Amino acid sequence: MPKTIIEKIWNEHVVDQQEGAPAILAIDLHLVHEVTSPQAFTGLRSRGLKVRRPDRTVATADHSIPTTPRNLPIADEMAAAQVKQLEANCAEFGVPLHGWESPNQGIVHVIGPELGLTQPGATIVCGDSHTATHGAFGALAFGIGTSEVEMVLATQCLLQRKPKTYLVRVDGTLRPGVSAKDIILALIARIGVGGGTGHVFEYAGSAIRALSMEERMTICNMSIEGGARAGLVAPDETTFAYLKGRPHAPQGADWDAAVARWRTLTSDEGATYDKEIVIDANTLEPMVTYGTNPGMGLPISGTIPDPANESDPAAARALTRALEYMDLRAGDSIIGRPVNTVFIGSCTNGRISDLRLAANVLKGQTVAKGVRVMVVPGSADVKRQAEREGLDKIFRDAGADWREAGCSMCIAMNGDQLAPGEYAISTSNRNFEGRQGKGGRTFLASPLTAAATALTGVIADPRTLPGMSR
Amino acid sequence: MAAPKVGTFTTGLVPLPAENVDTDQIVPARYLKVIDKAGLADALFHDWRFEADGTKKNPPFVIDEPRYAGHGILVAGDNFGTGSSREHAPWALGAFGIKAILATSFADIFKSNALKNGILPIVLPAPLHATLMQIAKEDLAATVTINLAAATMTTPDGATHAFPIDLFSQKMLLDGLDELDYIRTQSGKIEAHETAHPGTINTLQPNASR
Repeated sequence: MPKTIIEKIWNEHVVDQQEGAPAILAIDLHLVHEVTSPQAFTGLRSRGLKVRRPDRTVATADHSIPTTPRNLPIADEMAAAQVKQLEANCAEFGVPLHGWESPNQGIVHVIGPELGLTQPGATIVCGDSHTATHGAFGALAFGIGTSEVEMVLATQCLLQRKPKTYLVRVDGTLRPGVSAKDIILALIARIGVGGGTGHVFEYAGSAIRALSMEERMTICNMSIEGGARAGLVAPDETTFAYLKGRPHAPQGADWDAAVARWRTLTSDEGATYDKEIVIDANTLEPMVTYGTNPGMGLPISGTIPDPANESDPAAARALTRALEYMDLRAGDSIIGRPVNTVFIGSCTNGRISDLRLAANVLKGQTVAKGVRVMVVPGSADVKRQAEREGLDKIFRDAGADWREAGCSMCIAMNGDQLAPGEYAISTSNRNFEGRQGKGGRTFLASPLTAAATALTGVIADPRTLPGMSR
Repeated sequence: MAAPKVGTFTTGLVPLPAENVDTDQIVPARYLKVIDKAGLADALFHDWRFEADGTKKNPPFVIDEPRYAGHGILVAGDNFGTGSSREHAPWALGAFGIKAILATSFADIFKSNALKNGILPIVLPAPLHATLMQIAKEDLAATVTINLAAATMTTPDGATHAFPIDLFSQKMLLDGLDELDYIRTQSGKIEAHETAHPGTINTLQPNASR
C-alpha cells in the first residue's frame, strides 16, 4: 500500500504498540531549553533516573536571555536563575549545552539545523511548539509539554497516537515581494488556527520545491499556528546540499549511505491523505495579520474585515474583540497603519537569508523617525555571518538596533517588549494579545514587509520597493 | 511515581465564551521564568484578571467573580489551549482549582498536557456545549457530575451524557498511573529498537563516524 512520508517515519519509530494504547515512539533528537526543562530535570532527580541518551540530547538558552551584549550579567534575577539551573542540570546529567555565552548558542530551532543535528527521517521533539521547524528536512518534529520532556530525557521515547495526514500543495511561482512567510500566513488565514488539529502537514508542490531550506523552515515553523503539531517537506537535493559538511552531519561513506536512505523518504505515488488543500502561489500577495491570532490575516492590499459580515456569531464576537484590542476599524486599509516598533528575528524569520532580505531593503536608507527597529539574529552563528557580510553595519547605519541572538521580542520574556498600546510589525509567529508585551499589538508579516514598513513607519507593501517589480 | 488520580466529582460551571483561547492568555510568558510548578494560580489568565498595578479588575474577570467561587468546570469556546506548548497552562488551571474543561475542540498539545495533570479536556457536541454555556451563565447553583470510570457527565437536568475519552488515558487517570512508569516497563523493547536503529545523530561528537 502506498505510504506518505509521515507514515514511513512513524512506522520506523514505533517501539511498541499495544492494543488500545498509544504507541511508544522512539525519539532521535531532543532539544532542550531553559524555560520548559527545569521541572523535568527535577522529576528525574526525584525518581533517581538518568538521562538515557545524552548523545541524542542537546540544550541551549534562548527564551529568557537578554539580547544585550553577552559580557553583561543577566539583570533579571529569575531569568538568571533559570539559565543557571539549565547549566547545573546539563552538567549533572551530562547533556551537551550550547550555553548563553557559547559560539553555538541560538534559538533552539535555528541551531539544530545549523549544527547538522536536524536530519531527514528523524523524530525530533522539544518543549516548544515551534519544533515543527525541523520538519523542513523531512523530519517528524513536534512540540511537547514538560511532562513529556521528562519522559524523553528518561527513556528517549514518548507515548503518541498516530497522527492524521494533511497535504498542503502549493503550486506555481511566487511573485516578487512575496515570500515563504506569505505562503504560511495565507494557509493559516484559509484554514484557521484550528484547521490542522490532529494532523501533520506535508508541504508539497512546485512552489515548495523551489524554496531554499531556510524558506522551508519558515513554513514548517508555523505549522502549529494552523493547529498541526508538525509539518514537513520531503527531503531532496536542496536538503542534502544544505546538510553536507555541517558539524554533526554524517561524513564520507556514512554520508553516502545516509543520503541513499534519505532519498527513499518521499510520499509514494497514490498515497492518500486525510485532508488536502491546494494553494496557487501565483495569486499570493504579501500577507499581514490584523487580529489577535495568526489566522486573522489578509493580503496586504485588503481591508480590515467587518464583524457585521460574519455569519457565524462566535466568529463575529471574536473579530469584534480582536479589533477592539488592536484598536482597528473595519473597512480600513491595512496599508498605512502606523507602527512604533519593527521586530526582525525569531525562529520563524531570524536566519541569515531573512536578514539579507531586510538589509537589502534598508541599505543606504534611514528608518522612519520615531520607529524602533530591532534586528535580532536567530543564533550566534547567524550573527557572525551577518557581520562578515556587513549587514550589521547596514542595519546600524539605517538606525536599527543590532542585537545578540535569542527569542527576544517574539515571546517578550527577556525585557525586549512593547509598551501597552504600542504597535509592532513583527517577523515572528504569534500575534496573541500581549504576546510581545502586555497590552502590545502585533502585525505579523514577512521580513520584506517589515523592512519596507521600517522605512515609512506605516505598514507598507514591499512590492512598491525599487527592484521589486519585474 | 504518583500521578494524579481522577474519579467522580460534582462541581459548578464557569462560562468563558471565547474561541481559540491561547496558552499565552492562560499563562503569559513572563510567568514562565519559574523553575518549579508551584504558585501559578495567580498567573492564570493574569492579564485578563489584573490591572497593571496588580489589583483585580473591576468588574472582575469571570473566574474571579464571587458567584463562581469554587466552581471547577470551565466551559470554554472552540479550540481551547491553542498556541504555545507550555505545560504551565494546566499547572495554573489545576492550581486555581479547575478540574475539567468543556469545549467543542482542544488544541493537541494542550489536551495532552492537561491529561497528564489530571485535568479533563472534554469535547462536547455543539448543541450540548451551547446548553451548558447558557446554564453556566444563568444558573449559578447548577452543578455537573463527571464520572470518569463511566465516561459520563450528568447535567443539571438530570440527563446523563457519555463523553469521549480514549481508554488508555481513562485507565491511567482512574488508577493514578504515570506515563513515564508505563514506558519504562518496556525498556527491553526500547533497547532492541535502539540496537536495530543506530541512526546518524550524535550531539556529543561532531562528525561522528559509525
